[in-house]
Amino acid sequence: MADLLQVQGVTKRFGGLIALEDVSLSVRDGEIYGLIGPNGAGKTTLFNCMTGLYDLTGGEVRLGGVLLNGLKPHRIVEAGFARTFQNIRLFANMTALENVMVGRHVRTRIGLVGAILRTPRARAEEAAIRDRAVALLDHVGLRGKARTLAGHLSYGDQRRLEIARALATEPRLLALDEPVAGMNPTERRQMADLFQRLRADGLTLLLIEHDVKLVMGLCDRVAVLDYGRKIAEGEPARVRADPAVIAAYLGGEAA
Amino acid sequence: MRTALDALRARPRLAFALLAALLVALPFLVGAGLGNSWVRVLDFVLLYILLALGLNIVVGYAGLLDLGFIAFYAIGAYVYALLASPHFGLHLPFWAILPISMALAGLFGVLLGTPTLRLRGDYLAIVTLGFHEIIRIFLNNLNAPYNLTNGPQGINLIDPITIGGHALSRPLELFGVTVPSTYLYYYVFLAFTLLVMAVAIRLQDSRLGRAWAALREDEVAAAAMGINTRNVKLLAFAMGATFAGLAGGLFASFQGFVSPESFSLWESFLVLCMIVLGGMGHIPGVILGAALLTVIPEALRYLGDLQRATLGHVVLDPADLRMLLFGIALVIMMIYRPAGLIPSRQRKRELTARDGVAEQEQASLYDAKA
Ligand SMILES: Nc1ncnc2c1ncn2[C@@H]1O[C@H](COP(=O)(O)OP(=O)(O)OP(=O)(O)O)[C@@H](O)[C@H]1O
Ligand SMILES: [Mg+2]
Repeated sequence: MADLLQVQGVTKRFGGLIALEDVSLSVRDGEIYGLIGPNGAGKTTLFNCMTGLYDLTGGEVRLGGVLLNGLKPHRIVEAGFARTFQNIRLFANMTALENVMVGRHVRTRIGLVGAILRTPRARAEEAAIRDRAVALLDHVGLRGKARTLAGHLSYGDQRRLEIARALATEPRLLALDEPVAGMNPTERRQMADLFQRLRADGLTLLLIEHDVKLVMGLCDRVAVLDYGRKIAEGEPARVRADPAVIAAYLGGEAA
Repeated sequence: MRTALDALRARPRLAFALLAALLVALPFLVGAGLGNSWVRVLDFVLLYILLALGLNIVVGYAGLLDLGFIAFYAIGAYVYALLASPHFGLHLPFWAILPISMALAGLFGVLLGTPTLRLRGDYLAIVTLGFHEIIRIFLNNLNAPYNLTNGPQGINLIDPITIGGHALSRPLELFGVTVPSTYLYYYVFLAFTLLVMAVAIRLQDSRLGRAWAALREDEVAAAAMGINTRNVKLLAFAMGATFAGLAGGLFASFQGFVSPESFSLWESFLVLCMIVLGGMGHIPGVILGAALLTVIPEALRYLGDLQRATLGHVVLDPADLRMLLFGIALVIMMIYRPAGLIPSRQRKRELTARDGVAEQEQASLYDAKA
């Protein structure tokens, strides 16, 4: 299988703090790739670097061969890279449906003139946006919540909605930052099923997750970050047994 | 009252017809009841509604705090004045000038927008304030070495709008009825106001309107969901400025005279107050706000006469009193109805959900560009 995402020697510094140091990894087309590591390891920072929210200090990020460095966030979405946020960032005062409809922005065209004149094309596009958004809400299990305000949804539903909104951008790669945080075991199982379904639909998933059981059961490969460095990569079972990983997770005492 | 309203709601056609009849009859009703000077106030109500609808796109829809909005009004007005007055000896018809007024104001909107793209909230407000002053100072001083604006004296004898060979500055004899000039302008302004309202409503309820709402709610998330925040912001500035340019052109033809004095900072604040008072982002609220803040100061003028009649002389200058009452009214509003008199649902939630706002602030600090 070809590599969809290639991260080459990515470094990110915040003043004196080195949040990421020479991180390289590659995600293959169609796999579920896990990114794990202790708190503060740099996982979210890597997401922010890849999606254009942070400028890189060094290194390269490519999606399907296209260089993403220096592109504006909306260009990166256009290239097929969508994400969710660890600290949920929905448009809280818009409805669930509107949130997903915003996700369609990048794949639709109608501008000022079309909107003002309400041309048949504009109306058709608007209807298509709505239909697609409704279908996506269904897909993530939010049927019947379309008209609920995003901010009024339960925590789990907000996470689902973030996924629906990201899916609306028609990504090739979906990067999820702790998507099951705060969910109970039943919800976690439902989410794992959803990820499997998404993969079956041809999507590639990059998953940050602390729930080791979920990661082990779901991911084809995982990488482990610790203090901004990649300390291990490979099949879940092998990584789990890696002494460096065990040391990182148990902290100073074990080292 | 309530049952009458409910009855109308059940019959939208009838309600629409009644509203249309009221709008058509309004200048005659006001003229007969309060005198013709109040029809002039009515004309200004419409101009301010146009302005407020424009500023509402920038502040209400896209959430960009613009304190220099009247600069675009000034640009629209001066374009009209220069192209239809003896100043340059040009006398273009209004339908040719208004698009130029709008386009130039829109262009300046983009010009102001471009350097301020990275600014938010307070910082943006300060820069737009400065922009307003720059435009005003230019208008004041561009009379030498080349006399473009005629400086502080302003431009006089601006052509009125002429429709079907009739200049609106003169009364029209229609079926034996004399329709005064201010009435004629009322109908022209009303037509433009309804048009701009339709545009504003359609924009709000479109792909672009959603992008503006997303931008206002969370700029980082909007960008990360594929919205070109730069273009969307510039479009908001341009659209708002275009509306202001239109209002400016109409104002110039109506007054027949423009000077930098008409475009003081106070006017910018006033229009902002209109949308804040009425309900930001919500068109009925914006219209109500514009109407109230145009009519109330005019009504307060009578306080001078009242004092003269009862006390023999004016103790409190009505102009000062207006400011005072204005300030008190706004403070009371901010305490009891922070989202405005008729707020939009979304805006109301934004302003009342305290924890939500604090959380978002924290989040934007954390995820903001390094
Ligand atoms: N904008 C920023 N400015 C300064 N330091 C930052 C910034 N963002 C992240 N950091 C720092 O970078 C390091 C990595 O943080 P990051 O959020 O990427 O960790 P994480 O692996 O996602 O942890 P968690 O599992 O807790 O989410 C931390 O020390 C954090 O304080
Ligand atoms: Mg994190």
